[in-house]
Amino acid sequence: MSLDWLLDPLQYELIQRALLAATMTGIVCAVLGAYIVLRGMAFLGDALAHTILPGVVVAYLLGWPLAVGALVMGVLTALGIGFLTDQGMVKEDTAIGIIFAGSFALGVALLSTAGNYSVDLTHFLFGNLLGVSTSDLWVTLLLGGVVLAVIALFYKEFLVISFDMTLAQTLRLPTTFLRYLLLVLLAVTIVVSLQVVGIALILAMLITPAATASLLTNRLLPLMAYAAAIGAFSGVTGVYVSYHLDVASGPAVVLVATAIFLLVFLLAPGRGFLWRRRGR
Amino acid sequence: MVMKEAIGPARRMDVLHDTTAPLLDVEGLTVAYVPAAGSTPQARREERYALHDLTFRVEARELVAVVGPNGSGKSTLFKVIAGTLASDAGRVTVYGHGPGEHICIAYVPQRSQIDWSFPVTVKDVVMMGRVGQIGLFRRPRREDWAFVEQALERVNATALRHKQIGELSGGQQQRVFIARALAQQAELILLDEPLTGLDVPNQEAIFAVLEGLHEDGVTIMVATHDLQLAADRFGRVMLLNRELVAFGPPEEALTQANLLRAYGGHMHVLPGSDGDLVLADTCCDGHEDEL
Repeated sequence: MSLDWLLDPLQYELIQRALLAATMTGIVCAVLGAYIVLRGMAFLGDALAHTILPGVVVAYLLGWPLAVGALVMGVLTALGIGFLTDQGMVKEDTAIGIIFAGSFALGVALLSTAGNYSVDLTHFLFGNLLGVSTSDLWVTLLLGGVVLAVIALFYKEFLVISFDMTLAQTLRLPTTFLRYLLLVLLAVTIVVSLQVVGIALILAMLITPAATASLLTNRLLPLMAYAAAIGAFSGVTGVYVSYHLDVASGPAVVLVATAIFLLVFLLAPGRGFLWRRRGR
Repeated sequence: MVMKEAIGPARRMDVLHDTTAPLLDVEGLTVAYVPAAGSTPQARREERYALHDLTFRVEARELVAVVGPNGSGKSTLFKVIAGTLASDAGRVTVYGHGPGEHICIAYVPQRSQIDWSFPVTVKDVVMMGRVGQIGLFRRPRREDWAFVEQALERVNATALRHKQIGELSGGQQQRVFIARALAQQAELILLDEPLTGLDVPNQEAIFAVLEGLHEDGVTIMVATHDLQLAADRFGRVMLLNRELVAFGPPEEALTQANLLRAYGGHMHVLPGSDGDLVLADTCCDGHEDEL
């Protein structure tokens, strides 16, 4: 059997870069996603991805690194949501919704003043994997490595604040710092993922691999490892699907991850949907 | 005990213990009721207290029951003592220092407050109690695992160590959380409704563990709805209904007048056949949302 379908794309440097960026994104999103899933932060994660758009657009228009704009916007958003909630006049999910939609609209409005409006918007929303430059790749690898290192450093503290916030407080852990640190990591992860899957689809890379892994294991560390493997596999397979079938790369990556979730959901040994039906 | 050598250096927070001060000293403690987000401004202006003007002391090595109807402030009181909730007035000290300066106060939450599907095993949960002592950027050392094993042994849960917490029975879950408090090297353990929803054998198993700890010098406060148990098994009983109704030995605290004051309409007082009173707390077994 010929392996041309596997090897042919590799002769292009842009495909090599795309594969590396997709792998890193798959891993980082999945590992952080384990906390997002366990803490029930899916809505906040999706919202944060959308709210950083104005920051990214301003950085892009001024020629700054996108990461700077995204980080500034991410922190402002987190503070803004906290402030609105603390006033006690609206509930937290409502506060998130207002900031989410408002700043996304601001981002689109800012971008519409630029020349290449619709192409740029498409790239921000759905990623531009084949447009990953060498310097983009370095930023992705570097920031991704930083996120993974910080998670490794604070693994047990993040576990405690996710499982039992009251315990974290009686152990006198710096809970506010840790909560904000998770939000900052989320903002950085969104930056890492921007070119691979884009703002609109980042949520899938955060929660789908982690949710899939949660069907396969009962412990957090294996869960993160499985999620990372699923995320990386989805990234690589997505690039190939995109190359061979000529579909947009970001959606291809997300569709692979979704297909894996559905397979595991149906077939997971001991607890998959079909398994449980058979057991009835 | 076998593990004595493994216990290692002095506890990090020992320096903060003024052992001439009472273990727990509460003076004029008041916590305002926090209205839910989105409630009307009028409801938010209304003055209400979750706890009002509590003054009491608990000495080291006491076994105290805290009883009162749902919403009487038991969880709130425990959270203030544990240092996870700020008071609005008054003073709480543990061995002469604010609760926030100690890591030796353990709060065992109501079972309904825990996500039992969380991907952690029994020993993972007990190890969480060590996170404060281990410190940032460090991994658990051999002595931390020794603490975990010892704590599991104390609550008879060694065989459960590799199980996911959702696979346990209610009584086993409760014992695992007590083991977590032990791994934390708690000197004051606050248990929030640990017996609720358990059958009698499981309640007895929990109680055997608590009495063992009490004999070893741990101070224990238990919130409970079970007046009979409070009367029979505890040295002192605190009767709470946002205010401190009574606090003393069961026979002094649980008088009919005090119980009526604490429970009001929630209390059934029935004349018994020999002239004694049969008292029943009609509270439900559900979880309390006091804040």
